Amino acid sequence: MFHASEIKRLIEAALPGAVAIINDDAGDGEHFSGDVTAPSFATLSLVQQHQAVYRALGRHMGTDIHALQLKTYTPDQWAKSPHAKNGA
Amino acid sequence: MSVNEQIDQIVKGNDVVLFMKGTPMFPQCGFSARATAILQQCGTKFHHVNVLADGEIREGVKAYSNWPTIPQLYVRGEFVGGSDIMMEMFQSGELQKKLAGG
Repeated sequence: MFHASEIKRLIEAALPGAVAIINDDAGDGEHFSGDVTAPSFATLSLVQQHQAVYRALGRHMGTDIHALQLKTYTPDQWAKSPHAKNGA
Repeated sequence: MSVNEQIDQIVKGNDVVLFMKGTPMFPQCGFSARATAILQQCGTKFHHVNVLADGEIREGVKAYSNWPTIPQLYVRGEFVGGSDIMMEMFQSGELQKKLAGG
């Protein structure tokens, strides 16, 4: 059992300037989804962006956290995304 | 042959490889089902490896790719990503291009 707030804390602690919005979709503490925005993503490939998030979660990823459906953004991409307009 | 060599051989010996839970006909996980559906939508023939049938490959491929979850897609030896990246690239048309050799 893991908390969305703990995932958010780990990601934001590991990635400077990151903002993570994490949802426990199934309410089971194992299957999460999230949007992560970080300035450092600007120079990384999509694979590297996801790897950076997984690295932040360390051994929890794939064990306590069974799944994390992930979408990554640079601050610029986030500002243009529909989520930002909804104020999410 | 080590697990790493085994995975290397699979990845390099097939144009498109999906490491997944279950089979394309009977995916055993929603994310693997999604990955399969995307590749089928692209009309791509792909080699699949059911990691549930081999615990060593299941753990080995995570280390090989530096990626903690299944499914994982390889195209011509290059790691493309998991189902989220596949979906994102499918929606932008990038995946179709990559599969076509672009």
